[in-house]
Amino acid sequence: MRRTLAALTMATLGLTAHAADQIRIGFMSTLSGPSAALGLDIRDAFNLVVRNNGGKLGGLPAEVVVVDDQMNPDTGKQLTARLLKKDRVDVVTGIVFSNVMLAIAPSILENQTFLVSANAGPGAFSGEGCNPYFYVASWQNDGYHEAAGQFANTKNLKSVVLLAPNYPAGKDALTGFKRLYKGQVIEEIYTKLGQLDFAAELAQVRAAKPQAVYIFQPGGMGINFIKQWVAAGLDKQMTLIGPGFSADEDVIKAVGEPMVGMFNTSHWAHDLGNAENRRFVADFQKTYGRMPTVYAAQGYDTALLIDAAVRDAKGKIEDKATFGKALASANFKSVRGEFKLNVNHAPIQNYYLRQIWKDPNGRITNKLVGTVLTNHADAYAAACKMKAW
Amino acid sequence: MAVALHQRVRPAIVVPVLAVLCALPLVTQWIDEPFYLVLASRVLLFALAATSLNLLVGFGGMVSFGHAAFFGAGAYVVAIAAMEGVTSAWIAWPLAMGVSALAAAVIGAISLRTRGVYFIMITLAFAQMMFYVFVSLKAYGGEDGLSLPRRSVIGLGLDLKSDTTFYYVVLAVCAVVITLLWRLVNSRFGRALQGVRENETRMEAVGFPVYRHKLVAFVIAGAVAGLAGALAANQNDMASPSMLHWNQSGMLLVMVILGGTGTFLGPALGATVMLLLEETLAEFTLHWQFVMGGILLAVVLLLPGGLATLLQRRRTDG
Amino acid sequence: MDPILVLEQSLNGLQFGLMLFLLAAGLTLVFGIMDMINLAHGSLYMIGAYLAAAVAMATGSFWLAVAVAMGGTAVIGVVLEVTLLRHLYQRDHLHQVLATFALILMSNEAVRMIWGPTALALDPPPSLAGPVELLPGLYYPAFRLVIIGVGLLVAVLLYFLVSHTRLGMLVRAGASNREMARAMGVRVSLVFTIVFAIGAALCALAGAMLGPLFAVQVGMGESILILAFVVIVIGGIGSIRGALVGALLVGMVDTVGRTFLPMWLRAVLPPTVASNLGPALASVLIYVLMAGVLFWRPQGLFPARG
Repeated sequence: MRRTLAALTMATLGLTAHAADQIRIGFMSTLSGPSAALGLDIRDAFNLVVRNNGGKLGGLPAEVVVVDDQMNPDTGKQLTARLLKKDRVDVVTGIVFSNVMLAIAPSILENQTFLVSANAGPGAFSGEGCNPYFYVASWQNDGYHEAAGQFANTKNLKSVVLLAPNYPAGKDALTGFKRLYKGQVIEEIYTKLGQLDFAAELAQVRAAKPQAVYIFQPGGMGINFIKQWVAAGLDKQMTLIGPGFSADEDVIKAVGEPMVGMFNTSHWAHDLGNAENRRFVADFQKTYGRMPTVYAAQGYDTALLIDAAVRDAKGKIEDKATFGKALASANFKSVRGEFKLNVNHAPIQNYYLRQIWKDPNGRITNKLVGTVLTNHADAYAAACKMKAW
Repeated sequence: MAVALHQRVRPAIVVPVLAVLCALPLVTQWIDEPFYLVLASRVLLFALAATSLNLLVGFGGMVSFGHAAFFGAGAYVVAIAAMEGVTSAWIAWPLAMGVSALAAAVIGAISLRTRGVYFIMITLAFAQMMFYVFVSLKAYGGEDGLSLPRRSVIGLGLDLKSDTTFYYVVLAVCAVVITLLWRLVNSRFGRALQGVRENETRMEAVGFPVYRHKLVAFVIAGAVAGLAGALAANQNDMASPSMLHWNQSGMLLVMVILGGTGTFLGPALGATVMLLLEETLAEFTLHWQFVMGGILLAVVLLLPGGLATLLQRRRTDG
Repeated sequence: MDPILVLEQSLNGLQFGLMLFLLAAGLTLVFGIMDMINLAHGSLYMIGAYLAAAVAMATGSFWLAVAVAMGGTAVIGVVLEVTLLRHLYQRDHLHQVLATFALILMSNEAVRMIWGPTALALDPPPSLAGPVELLPGLYYPAFRLVIIGVGLLVAVLLYFLVSHTRLGMLVRAGASNREMARAMGVRVSLVFTIVFAIGAALCALAGAMLGPLFAVQVGMGESILILAFVVIVIGGIGSIRGALVGALLVGMVDTVGRTFLPMWLRAVLPPTVASNLGPALASVLIYVLMAGVLFWRPQGLFPARG
């Protein structure tokens, strides 16, 4: 009824869009199973912004409908129908895994509902498939891995084995790594998404004898992999490199001491010096009693992006063009520092090198070491012909 | 034990149900809740799949734990055909039925050599094999599934993109196919099949081609499941390996048993109750699965014949 | 082919197979003796793992956790058997499927209510967290060696129990001819309860030992349950020996297939195709094995019934 009434009033007022009375956010994420920590971090950080704003985003009261996709594209698909047709949300966000994203995005975009990704930035929506309703607040899928490939060059690592789950982001990851890496890729091992026992793969890695191993294993998969990596004694035989989230607070908490010294690449670090970030890290720690991860940083930025866009659109979120333009301008202070959205609505930003160390208080955590890629744009953007509003 | 071989479907139940189903889009439009129409389409196509499984479990005594293989195969055929540019429903849907029937023929021919528990397990094995085959087919999306570039085209001025049109098409297909299945169950073939269920040895002894009869039933059930899968692919706009997963097979089996094996419309009732419970319980409690489990358990213990006996009992009493 | 790789993978296969055996042993007895399809067997595995994780978190002792998990799960198993499952033995297989499916839903949700939706971490004892150098160049995780040891120990104990004790005799009598055993005055219901308790305890042992390798999470029981069913069908329902052979076969085929199949494929196919096709084909192998066994030996490799 609400929607029809709004349409009726719009018609009688001669199609002048007016400010909506509230903004409804469909927050779909992975909130159960071994990779639930990812979704929970994004959700908690997102909620932190909403709470700090007194329950509002950009001045409009925000209603956040939280649903759990269980990392399953089919479940995501059914939940999407509910979010669009029953809850009638204005924005969908929160999705962690690219396979869920690829399954649900088409129907959301076709419905002309905004989709602001808090994590997955699959190549399918970065190039030719870019869409005026699709925004990435985190990073394009290849970014972390391009940075890692570049880092492997500077470290003079001549041979690597690559390991990733067999799903879109896994493939994007290895493509990204190979794009800038100049050494030899001995082997690419694809594991099952959600696989937790890596005994067979570890034996394979040992036999292949590379100088380094690059893993893309998000969430619980990464925790198990690194634990088993240490248990198999491989940490003494070769170097392990990972993307930032495979060496983040949740993984460190689970694995502990053996992780010290591991290099990883990331678009954010908890010790980045900007004021916004210092406030976020302190606030998150105070509210939830744990250190934020890159996922938390992404959830926070996603909420800030929506907040800024609603504000800039003066609350007229039903006027798609105004709201869309406001989203694309990304007019807010991000915890990652300087960044902007490219034509394909994926970020242009720095990628940093972090290393795990024991800080002076004896706490094992990440330390910002340097910048690997500066103002880096993804390789797909050139193919994107974004439709103008 | 007296077994009624003739499956009666009482007009007193069927006519009102059909009337409600036909009027449903008006209701959802009036209360402005289009989501419930989507849900209703889902219920219908699962009712179709469950009814096809019941042909095996209820009337043929063949407990197949791999029925989702045919459901999923049908979905994939539609998705792959659409990817190759064949979107006409008049080609893609019969093709889905054909491929599922073929798969059922091969799997059935081997599986029907076993009995009882071993039959359950070998059908499971074949379904899992098909599951992994689709997981490994990179060209068709592998683990991520295959998105439908567009829904099937029926022509006749009908656009399946519209929820209402889609619903009526699903309703029409279900009504026609379920009626045909009902005719089949009450035909000579159906009675013979039920005879096999009751006493296979005797049927064999009187010179009945038992194996061939069971195989034909298996193939028909597979084809109908394939059709349901074709509809499901259109509803989800994708086919995914999880449609063939053993979880899905188990779910279909639970729908059949919940509704009542061997009663003709029981499984459709089971599918309806199962999906609606899932939807409504989730509204009230996060822990809806616990309540659902409790309800299923109560049905097993208190209503061994399934929910359909609730309707039947009234008949014998009255 | 690298001999160290072959050796390491064989150990991995042995380790996985022995854990499957722990699950399959209980399942095959319940199935064989009571003619009961218990889908909720996997739930006992999950409950065992959760109990172990909870106790380990509270006390810090892994072995205490294993003991408590086994005891606790056995008690839960007995309660289930006496209050509910007992009433299903005489019922149709279909009813057993529906009832135990309902139990899966309920226990999954109960676990979620108690421990939340995220996975719990269960760590092996710190002394076993590292590798052991078995041969020069062959490092193998100490904890996996312990798993192999535990599995072999249980296999031996079960063998002794089944073939050299009175209980074992009753169990064998029940498995080969239930009606006859009953007629001979065996107190079948007590035997059933004891068997069920042992099966539940073995589930918990498997859950606690595998917890550190996988994750302690809701739904962990279902995927492994199907493998356990495959094992007992291959081995022959009701046969402990069959369960052991079937479990080792499945463990080996799964692990060895996962590595060597892609390798062989790579020799004939382009590397990306091979590494994509390999894992899926390896997963299919188990089911091909089962279908083959059922086709040529419909009663499994070691039929319990004469």
